[in-house]
Amino acid sequence: MDIVITDLDPRFKHEVAKEEGGERVKYCFQCGTCTSGCPVSEIDSKYNPRCIIRMVILGMREQVLRSDFIWLCSTCYTCYERCPQDVRITEVMNALKNMAVREGYIHPAFRAQAELIGSHGRLYEIDEFTEEKREELGLARLSGDIAEVAEIFKITGLAELLSEASQEPVRTASA
Amino acid sequence: MAVKYAIFLGCTVPVRAMSYEVSARKVAGGLGIELVDIPEFSCCGYPVKSVHQDTTLLMAARNLSLAEERGLDITTLCSACTSVLTEAARRLSSDGELLGKVNEQLKKLGRKYSGRTRVKHFARVIYEDVGLDKVRESVKRDISSLRIASHYGCHYLKPSEIYDRFDDPEVPASLDALVEAAGAVPVDYVTKKECCGGAILGVDENIALSMTKQKLDDISKRGADAINLVCPFCNIMYGANQRKVQSKYGVKYDLPILYYPQVLGLAMGMEPEELALNMNPIKPKSLLAKLG
Repeated sequence: MDIVITDLDPRFKHEVAKEEGGERVKYCFQCGTCTSGCPVSEIDSKYNPRCIIRMVILGMREQVLRSDFIWLCSTCYTCYERCPQDVRITEVMNALKNMAVREGYIHPAFRAQAELIGSHGRLYEIDEFTEEKREELGLARLSGDIAEVAEIFKITGLAELLSEASQEPVRTASA
Repeated sequence: MAVKYAIFLGCTVPVRAMSYEVSARKVAGGLGIELVDIPEFSCCGYPVKSVHQDTTLLMAARNLSLAEERGLDITTLCSACTSVLTEAARRLSSDGELLGKVNEQLKKLGRKYSGRTRVKHFARVIYEDVGLDKVRESVKRDISSLRIASHYGCHYLKPSEIYDRFDDPEVPASLDALVEAAGAVPVDYVTKKECCGGAILGVDENIALSMTKQKLDDISKRGADAINLVCPFCNIMYGANQRKVQSKYGVKYDLPILYYPQVLGLAMGMEPEELALNMNPIKPKSLLAKLG
């Protein structure tokens, strides 16, 4: 990826550091412990946490927030455990994804999950087939939708965020 | 000391991993763990953490408040639920300002939370509250012919700081100890600590299935009879998606997966049907034949 110096936003790293989970991003000294132990990077180098953090520090705001690679963190916390600077990389990735969503970029798989939970209070709608199967096994029936979750989505502003148009993250070859 | 918890099922267990729920309830009964159902529990909040962290925290706080109302701590079957609820419980019990802010939001739902609920994975409840000695005492059937490889998964152990480092994520041992206490032979393998890939299945199926394949390769090579799991989402990868991995890569495993309560239940002398073993995605026929 080209780095165009006039496109860099020097405030970006401070913005990330103010976001919940992003507080320690500036402590990164680029040792690469995160990437070397990352189970996703091992299979596809397109996801490279060390590189993503470097991009944040350089101020490559657009390239980071609109890219699809920030959605590839499997949240395994291996890097989080090992980082010698305690950057808490898994949480930094969460912070970046939350910021991307507010910029109008949301991965369709995550949008779909959020919408299901907003509607039903659960990831799956409980149908009669499930209830019958549970009964056969001697398990209690489930209580259907949990309506208070829709209320929660309104209270926190997520409902409004999801009602706005969003784009799919842009496919990129690598970070 | 009586062991009593509110059982938090989450989304996946009661719909896609019923055999886990059945066996956990059965084993809990046998070990004297009382499980209380709270029908108002919702999704823990984990699936929206990537999208909107404030929503995750409020969903978790609401669930925690439901247990607190009844004076109960929570035990979980899904590791992702464990991590989100534990993280929220810890933050809210140590940060008064955050607790105040969350309570302003909970008030709109007619609820309040004081920060008292604690959260523990069901396997950790067996490991710590029941203890290995009691587990050994509960064994009635010899399952020493079974070689079992444990998959710890990620959120059962990490981030270790929220779990009081009860096990070492770099050299995990608690699940192997539980398998051994049940009388089976724990099997070690190279990629033991790796992630199942489940969290990115919807983002990039190729990467996710490659991650699953790596571990299935390693575990098969070691000649294990089954994989021991404590998370329903890991089961989606190793169980439900095992055939997909087989056809995509032209490999063959037919490796049964068992939830830990099924391993222990067999050892406690329960029948395979009682533990809903026939509902597991890979039929454990070969394994049961070994038990005779």
